[in-house]
Amino acid sequence: MPHPPPGTYDAIVIGGGHNGLVTAAYLARAGKKVLVLEKRPRVGGAAVTEEIFPGFKFTMFSYVVSLLRPEIIRDLDLPRHGLHVLPLESTVTPMENGDYLAAWGDHDETRRELCRHSPRDAEAYDEYGRLMHHMAHAVRPILGMVPPDPTSFDPRDLLALLRLGKHFRGLGAERLHALVKLMTMSSADFLDEWFETDVLKATKSASGIIGTFLGPRSPGTAYVLLHHYMGELDGVFRAWGFAKGGTGAVSEAIASAARGFGAEIRCDAPVARVLVKGGRATGVALENGDEFSAKVVVSGLDPRRTFLQLLEERELPADFVSDIKRFKFRGSSGKVNVALDALPSFTCMPGVGRQHRGAFSISPSLEYVERAYDDAKYGEFSRRPYMDIVFPSMIDPGMAPPGKHVMSVFVQYAPYNLNGGWNDTKREAFGDAVINTIESFAPGLKSHILHRQVLTPADIERITGLTEGNIFQGELALHQLFFMRPAAGWAKFRTPVRAYYQCGAGTHPGGGIMGASGRLAALAILGDGA
Amino acid sequence: MSLRQTPFHPRTAALSEGQAWRRWAGYVVASSYELSHDREYHAIRSAAALFDVSPLYKYMITGPHAARLLDRVVTRDVGKAKVGQVLYTPWCDSEGKQIDDGTISVLAEQTYRMTAADPSLRWLHLNAAGLDVTIEEVSERTAALSLQGPNARAILQVAAQRDLAGLRYFHLTDAKIRGIPVTISRTGYTGDLGYEVWVDAAQALPLWDALIETGTPYGLTPAGMLALDVARIEAGLLLIEVDYFSSRHALIEAQKSSPFELGLGWTVALGKESFNGKPALVVEQQRGPAWQFTGLAVDWESLERLYADVGLPPRLPTQAWRTSVPVYSGGKQVGYATSGGWSPLLKQYIALAHLEGTFGTPGTPVEMEITVEHRRKRAAARVSKLPFFNPDRKRA
Repeated sequence: MPHPPPGTYDAIVIGGGHNGLVTAAYLARAGKKVLVLEKRPRVGGAAVTEEIFPGFKFTMFSYVVSLLRPEIIRDLDLPRHGLHVLPLESTVTPMENGDYLAAWGDHDETRRELCRHSPRDAEAYDEYGRLMHHMAHAVRPILGMVPPDPTSFDPRDLLALLRLGKHFRGLGAERLHALVKLMTMSSADFLDEWFETDVLKATKSASGIIGTFLGPRSPGTAYVLLHHYMGELDGVFRAWGFAKGGTGAVSEAIASAARGFGAEIRCDAPVARVLVKGGRATGVALENGDEFSAKVVVSGLDPRRTFLQLLEERELPADFVSDIKRFKFRGSSGKVNVALDALPSFTCMPGVGRQHRGAFSISPSLEYVERAYDDAKYGEFSRRPYMDIVFPSMIDPGMAPPGKHVMSVFVQYAPYNLNGGWNDTKREAFGDAVINTIESFAPGLKSHILHRQVLTPADIERITGLTEGNIFQGELALHQLFFMRPAAGWAKFRTPVRAYYQCGAGTHPGGGIMGASGRLAALAILGDGA
Repeated sequence: MSLRQTPFHPRTAALSEGQAWRRWAGYVVASSYELSHDREYHAIRSAAALFDVSPLYKYMITGPHAARLLDRVVTRDVGKAKVGQVLYTPWCDSEGKQIDDGTISVLAEQTYRMTAADPSLRWLHLNAAGLDVTIEEVSERTAALSLQGPNARAILQVAAQRDLAGLRYFHLTDAKIRGIPVTISRTGYTGDLGYEVWVDAAQALPLWDALIETGTPYGLTPAGMLALDVARIEAGLLLIEVDYFSSRHALIEAQKSSPFELGLGWTVALGKESFNGKPALVVEQQRGPAWQFTGLAVDWESLERLYADVGLPPRLPTQAWRTSVPVYSGGKQVGYATSGGWSPLLKQYIALAHLEGTFGTPGTPVEMEITVEHRRKRAAARVSKLPFFNPDRKRA
C-alpha cells in the first residue's frame, strides 16, 4: 500500500466517541493511516470519566457498559489496554409503602424474593427467562450484521434477507409469535401477559423507556426488554457491567488500542466541515482553519450533525435531507452526579450493605413511571422521575477518596424541549426534584451531599454535541432501527457523498456502549477497498 | 468438627453465606464467602482481597548450619540469599523429581522460615544428619493472611503506619499493625501486587479486624479459594496435587515431574555444590526436559462454532477446573491440561498444560478437549507463554 504524504491520511474519523475510536482502531489495525479529531480535551464523547469535584470521579453521562461486543473486546485486545468490567448484579426497587423488590445475582435468592411478592410470578419468572433467552439468541446476530436493504435487488442484500428469513423461520411458531409481540407491544402490556406484581413490571419495563420519549405503555417499548437478556447470554463473558474507572476507561482502552495500531488521536480539534469535491469527500477543515486531506472521511457524530452541519445541504439529495431532518432525537434523559461523604440508607432496606453494590431503580409502580412520562409529554420534567441509581465507588473504590462515595443518577424524564426552555434556574429545579425524590426513599441523603452536578438534555447537547441530548444519537424507536437507521437506503454506513461514511450510534444497531456501529462501519469501509 | 479450624475461623465463619468450605492440609478454609466467588475474584484484580493462608506448613530452621541444610534440600541457592529476602523454590528427591514447592524467608542471620504444601518435618530431619541446626514446626503457632491486589500497598501502609514503597518484590520486613508484631512479605499466589502477613496465632483475630477496618474503604474483600484458583491460573502458578504430583505420592514413575518439566528451570541452581537430585537434574538440563509446562488459550471462534452446532451460545466454566484434559495436535494426543477456566479479566478461556517436547513452543496451534452437550469435542487452542497476566504493579 503506498503511504500517503505527510498531512494526509487514509482515513479521518470525526469525533472521538467510543464508536469513532472503534472505527479508527479497526482501520488502523488493517494498516490504514488514521487520524481521529475530537473537539473536547479528552476522548470518549458520552463515555467519559471526569474529576468534576476534587478526588471524586464522575462517570459523567453513560455509566454502565452494555453489550460491548465480545468480538471488539477480542479483536482490539481491550483487557490488555485496561478494560476491566466489574459485576453489577443486583437491582433494588424501593416501594412507596416502605417495602422493596430486589433482584440479586443469585437465582435462588431472587426467586425467594419474588415469592414474597407473588409465588405465581416467581414461577413465571423462570419460564419468562427461558423465552427471553431464546428471543435474545435469535435477535443477537442482528447486532453484528450490516442491515440488508429489503427493497434492493443486489444479490448480497437478497442473500442476507434470505438468511435472515430462514433464521426467523427456524424459531418455530411460538417463539416467532413472541418475537412479533416483543417488536410491537408496549413493555407494560407484554409484561402483563406474564406477571401480576406491579413493582416487578414497573422495574422491568423501565429498561424499555431508557433514552426514548415514550412511556411504559407506549407501543414498541417491549423490544428493549431483550437487551437485558442479551447481556445474560454473554453470561460468564460479561459484556455488561461497570467498567473499572467508569465508562471513560472504556474509551481510554479503545483509544489505547487504536494508538497501538498506529492511529493518531488529536483532542481540542473541533471539525467545522467536511471538504467535498465533485461529490466526493476529500478531507476536513477544523474550526481554526487547519485542513487535513484523506481518502476517506468517517463521521462518528449523530445523523443531524453528520449531514446537516458538516456538509452543505446542496451536496446531498433533497429527499435524503428531508429524511434526516425528520430523524427523531427528542432527548428525554438527564443525569445527576453526586459526591457524598457517606452512603445514604434507604428506608426499605436500612443501613449500608451489598444493596449499594447494585442499582437502585426508582420505579415503584407502573403508574409512577407512566405519570413521570405524563409530565414530559406536556413539556415539563418529571416531578417524581424514574431513576436508575448506582454507586460507582462501591464497585470501584478508586472512583472516590477512601470511605467517600459517588452516586450516579440516570433520570427520566427531562424533555429537551422544556416549556420555556432550559436555563440555570430550571436546571437546579430539576436537580432538586431528583434529590427530593431520592430523599423520600432515603431520608438523610441531602446531609451527605458534598457536591452535585446536574446535566439536562441541553447540557448533554452542549458538552458532547449529541443533538437534543439524545443519548443514543437518535431515538431507538422501531421506525429508526435496522435498515431504517438513520434513513432508508442509507443504513450501510455509506452516505450519498462518496468516501464519506457514518459510524456513530445513529447507525445500526446504535445505542449503549456496544461499539457495534463503529466496528461494522470500519468493516464496510475496508470492504469498499478504501 | 474433625477438621481443624484456622485461627481466623471465628471471623471467616461469620462471613460464610453459603457454608462453602474447602479442605486444605487438614484445615477448612472458605471456598467463597458469598454465594458466587465472582466479586471476590474481581477484588483481587481491581481493589484488594484478603485470604486466610494459615494452613500452609511452616518450619523454623535456625542455627549455624541452617543455610547448609536448606541448600541440601531445595534447588535454589539459599546461601546467597540475604536477610530480608524470600525465595520461591521447589525441592526434589534424589532422582531430581519434584517433591513439593514453597518459600524460604531469611528472617535473620541463621534464621529461616520455610513454607510447604505437604508435611516436611521428616524430610528436613533426614537431610539434617550431621548438621548443627534446629528444625521446628510452627504451622499451628503462626497464622498468615494474604493481602492481594492493586490497593494492597495503600491498605498496609495505613495499617502499619509506614511507607512500604521500599519493600521490594520477594522481600520482607518486620512491622507492627495496631501494636501487633508481624512480618510482612511481598509475596503471594495471585501474580498481582500483594503481601503476606505473618503473625503469632494468638494475635490473629485483632490482626484480621485491623486489616478489615483499614481496608474496607479501599475495597478490601475477604476472598476464598475459588477466587484464588482463577487468579493463580492467570498468574501461571502451579498447584501441587493438581498440576503435578509430589514424587513422594506418585505410584508410578510417569506421575513424577522434574522442575524443568514444570517450567521451574529458573529455580534450579546447578552451580551449587550439591543438593538432592542434582546429578539427575544436570543430565536432564543437558538432554532437555521431556515435557513443558505452559499456557493454553482456547480460541473463541472455535468454541462458538462447537456450541452453535448444537444451537447454544458458548458455555464457559463458571469456576476454575482441575481435572486432566487431553490436548491434541494433528489427531494425536500430545499432552494434557491440568487446570483451566475462564479469565474474567482477560476475557479468555485459559488453561495450564503439560505438552510433549516441542509442542510447548509458544504460538503452537493445538486442540483441547471440551465437552459440549455430553459429547467430546476438540476446541482450537494456542500455546501461550506463562504468565497470562503479569501487571507492572506486581514488581513495581
